[in-house]
Amino acid sequence: MSAADTHLVVDERELVAGTSLWQDAWRRWRRNRVSVVSAVVLVAVMVFCSVGPLAAELLLGATYDGQDISLGASAPSWAHPMGTDVLGRDVMARTMHGGRVSLMVALVATAVSLLVGVTYGAVSGFVGGRVDAAMMRFVDLLLSTPYLLLVIVLMAVIPPSSVSIGGLDGSFVLMFAALGLVSWLVLARIVRGQVLSLKQQEYVEAARAIGVPQATILFRHIVPNTLGPVIVYSTLTIPSVMLSEAFLSFLGLGIREPQASWGTLVSDGANAMVVYPWLLLAPGLTMTLTLFCLNFLGDGLRDALDPRQGET
Amino acid sequence: MSAPLLQVRDLQVHFPVFGGGLLPRQTGAVRAVDGVSLTVQRGEILGLVGESGCGKSTTGRAILRLLEPTAGQVVFDGEDVGALQGESLRKLRRRMQIIFQDPYASLNPRLTVGDIIAEPLATHGLVSGRDAQRRRAQELMHQCGLDPKFVRRYPHEFSGGQRQRIGIARALASDPDLIVCDEPISALDVSIQAQILNLLQQLAKDRGLSYLFIAHDLAAVRHLCDRIAVMYLGRIVELGTYAQICDDPRHPYTRALVSAAPVPDPEIERTRRRVVLQGEVPSPLSPPPGCRFHTRCPVRQASRCHDEVPALREVDDRQVACHWAHDPDVTGTG
Repeated sequence: MSAADTHLVVDERELVAGTSLWQDAWRRWRRNRVSVVSAVVLVAVMVFCSVGPLAAELLLGATYDGQDISLGASAPSWAHPMGTDVLGRDVMARTMHGGRVSLMVALVATAVSLLVGVTYGAVSGFVGGRVDAAMMRFVDLLLSTPYLLLVIVLMAVIPPSSVSIGGLDGSFVLMFAALGLVSWLVLARIVRGQVLSLKQQEYVEAARAIGVPQATILFRHIVPNTLGPVIVYSTLTIPSVMLSEAFLSFLGLGIREPQASWGTLVSDGANAMVVYPWLLLAPGLTMTLTLFCLNFLGDGLRDALDPRQGET
Repeated sequence: MSAPLLQVRDLQVHFPVFGGGLLPRQTGAVRAVDGVSLTVQRGEILGLVGESGCGKSTTGRAILRLLEPTAGQVVFDGEDVGALQGESLRKLRRRMQIIFQDPYASLNPRLTVGDIIAEPLATHGLVSGRDAQRRRAQELMHQCGLDPKFVRRYPHEFSGGQRQRIGIARALASDPDLIVCDEPISALDVSIQAQILNLLQQLAKDRGLSYLFIAHDLAAVRHLCDRIAVMYLGRIVELGTYAQICDDPRHPYTRALVSAAPVPDPEIERTRRRVVLQGEVPSPLSPPPGCRFHTRCPVRQASRCHDEVPALREVDDRQVACHWAHDPDVTGTG
């Protein structure tokens, strides 16, 4: 064996590097121009919304709630690139601030759905049997409750001031809770379906034959193989959550003045659309651009992560 | 004779079938394995042959307790496998491994070859430290005919035959005593099949391994197995040495199976007489009464074959489950 052993010592540098499925997908994704451009634009929008308010305050002295009633609703100018609203507040600052809120709501809801949905679905599918049936009936129950009603009741019953956490306004917390509550349901179903089919795979059987503990089998062999569809679904969840937030705010159930989100800004702008079009255009276009990019990004990721599906 | 490594007694695996109404209740059972008994000695290669759906893979999985047997006993090196739980079962798993049929489905696509082969090492704490595990994985790759420098590659970067070698290396990693080979060559190209068979044979010789080698045709097991068990519809119909089974089969089903294998000699091949069975394999949901083979048997005798289940009995040093195995007038052998 000694002869064989010496010949086995392979220098670290001589090892042939493999290409994992993630690297493969990354390569495919980078070739998709539209999707890459969308990602760049999204990053730009995020920078615009996160750093922007600070820059606007320093350079233009404009804050989202600073009023100058003497200005009234003025058209775009050098001092106020996107104009001001009826109370004389800078629309650009408000759009950036609104973007913060909208993006935060979307990201938090998606994070909750990832964390809760993936775990819940994976456990349900993996354990199977009665536990699975009970867990999925619970999901069905929540899914069949009209979620708008649920959210409206939640918003109406709990006074926002009672749930504010730290500096976070209570209406934000309620919004996160309400959207987080419903956003994980479909994801849990998707993951469960994936897990059900994956746990029949021979490599899972091989792991069982080796004696790998159940939890390791689930999180090392099964969950990583469900992530492709999960990532795609999540990217496409973000726009839908943002739209839900906009819709709730539009109805007056979400973010309250002087806070702003894209939803409330569009709602306000729509009221004054004919007289002061910039009030609608600035937040409306930013939001549309963001949603557009998210959809293209999601499509690109789907093509990259599941090359067999995109061909048609 | 020393105690066998593996002893299976009257193993049964039934899959319940649920049906009907609002509250599903069990309406029947698929009797995939229905009373299989066999032994594997240390260092022995036992072939398990039968057509698809006869329960051979189920038998293999039940022995490894990847499936829970409905009844019967599996004794591995003196330990009752069915009675083990938790940690003691995990310890035993180190000593029994499996090689799968489909080299594409049996390797996790997200792990490198090194991680796949090292998994048994890490799970059972055989080799500690990532570097040491990688080195051991490379040794195993080398022994299985793979270039150790590909240890960082992923399964999809290998061919079917190479993937099967990865599966073999993984099975060997925990240094087992018994490997269940579940049709390890039937998904491979013919040219690769011989290579894998040679590798398996070499490894068995070098390491004193025992195999339960599952195959659906006799050609595959011809040169590898010491003894062969033939299964039909969840039961063993004949069990004997390779020469007994192939040259002088006693059970009418074995005869049909043997006559179906082509002979690699055109002279003999031209004169080969085939026993062609009539009809289909009955459903294991409702197997026929009496001898399970009687619905298709060319030498069926009135009433007894239908009424009485033939036991697996000793006939001329081998075991046959046929009422007429000793009666050349009926079976036409002699």
